[in-house]
Amino acid sequence: MNGPLGLLAELTYGCPLHCPYCSNPRDLGDPRDELGTGEWERVLSEAADLGTLQVHLSGGEPLLRRDVTSIVRSASELGLYTNLITSALGLSERRAEELRDAGLDHVQISVQADEAGRADEIAGLRSFDRKTRAARLVKKLGWPLTLNVVLHRRNLDRIGGIIELARALEADRVELANTQYYGWGLLNRDALLPSREQVARAETVVRDAATRLREEMEIIWVLPDYHEEYPKPCMGGWGARQLTVTPYGRVLPCPTAHELPLPAESVRESSLRRIWEESELFNAYRGTDWMPDPCRSCARKETDFGGCRCQAFALTGDAARTDPVCRLSGDHHIITSAIAASDDNSPLAQLVPRSSNLNHDH
Amino acid sequence: MKGPRLAPHVRLAYDKSRGRQVLLAPESVTTLNDTGAAIARLCDGDHPVEAIVAELRERYSGVRAEDVESFLGKLSDLRCLKKGGS
Repeated sequence: MNGPLGLLAELTYGCPLHCPYCSNPRDLGDPRDELGTGEWERVLSEAADLGTLQVHLSGGEPLLRRDVTSIVRSASELGLYTNLITSALGLSERRAEELRDAGLDHVQISVQADEAGRADEIAGLRSFDRKTRAARLVKKLGWPLTLNVVLHRRNLDRIGGIIELARALEADRVELANTQYYGWGLLNRDALLPSREQVARAETVVRDAATRLREEMEIIWVLPDYHEEYPKPCMGGWGARQLTVTPYGRVLPCPTAHELPLPAESVRESSLRRIWEESELFNAYRGTDWMPDPCRSCARKETDFGGCRCQAFALTGDAARTDPVCRLSGDHHIITSAIAASDDNSPLAQLVPRSSNLNHDH
Repeated sequence: MKGPRLAPHVRLAYDKSRGRQVLLAPESVTTLNDTGAAIARLCDGDHPVEAIVAELRERYSGVRAEDVESFLGKLSDLRCLKKGGS
């Protein structure tokens, strides 16, 4: 069996920001239960043995972990490609130099909009200026820079400005990712879902910029799932290419799969290899045998793998159904009615910010 | 001398569990055959295209300059080469 190419290592759910589309669980857990440095080293080594090539260090905010540099060094010594996904808060010059010396290959910094007022409002914290300073530091130290921008109703019309910001910061890549509606994002969906008109306008701007700036930077447009005809090929297939380890050691096929009613697996109880190859969790939706119609008889079943199991579960209560985003799904009306509501010019719904505190702080 | 160079976010690596050479980037893995890996290894900024072709000819027979150029074009389309390189 092929091992996973990529490991998403969620080092902590702690984060100074309050982004209302955060992909972390609604229950952020207890940081005293987080995996220790030694446990992460073992996870990285088991992942490398299993065939993993890339490790994405994420969170929450991975820089909140004091041992992030030694985790990077361990990954690097195992030959893994290391990618830090960060808000950049806490990326001081000294810390950045330590990370670079530890072998960190790539840095992705999130920004919330193209100017401080709007960005800080979305992040729930004054952070924009610190982020742009950190982005300049990343370039100064000779790292490649990717800016990640999550798009939604409140910043999609600023897409041109966002691309200009990426240019001004000399980003090598800018990832323009439309919000995915899980966890906090699903809770805030009515306030975040853009109208069809907004999406169409933004697509034109992005297409023009991608052509015009072709030599300057790579522009990655992550499609707005709800506005597509067919679902995304989530994770490149269930248990096919990627695995996630949560701050507390749970192993998942994707970061939101903890919501599904499947037996939990933990690195504290089993090896990554056993979990990847043999567990009920990783085999539940592997391949195409589990598929119901319309997926089973669909020509696209090896293209989009039936879409996203977590989205099917969140919207229909059954993880084995076709992703409702698909126009062929019997549940597609759930999506069309959400979009119809977003096309209304009704006032913006209230956003619920992601909570800042993990349980022990309450 | 100035020649093509791998982009700063791209790393050439050996994928030992699958027995193949790969180019790693944050969100992609590009599999290379032996000649592809030999070319990628020479994308260090110090080898102009002609020098890459000459080096390959010492190791492999039937190396055609246009094949090397077209391979470099593919790497460039995949954003694996440094901007403004070659």
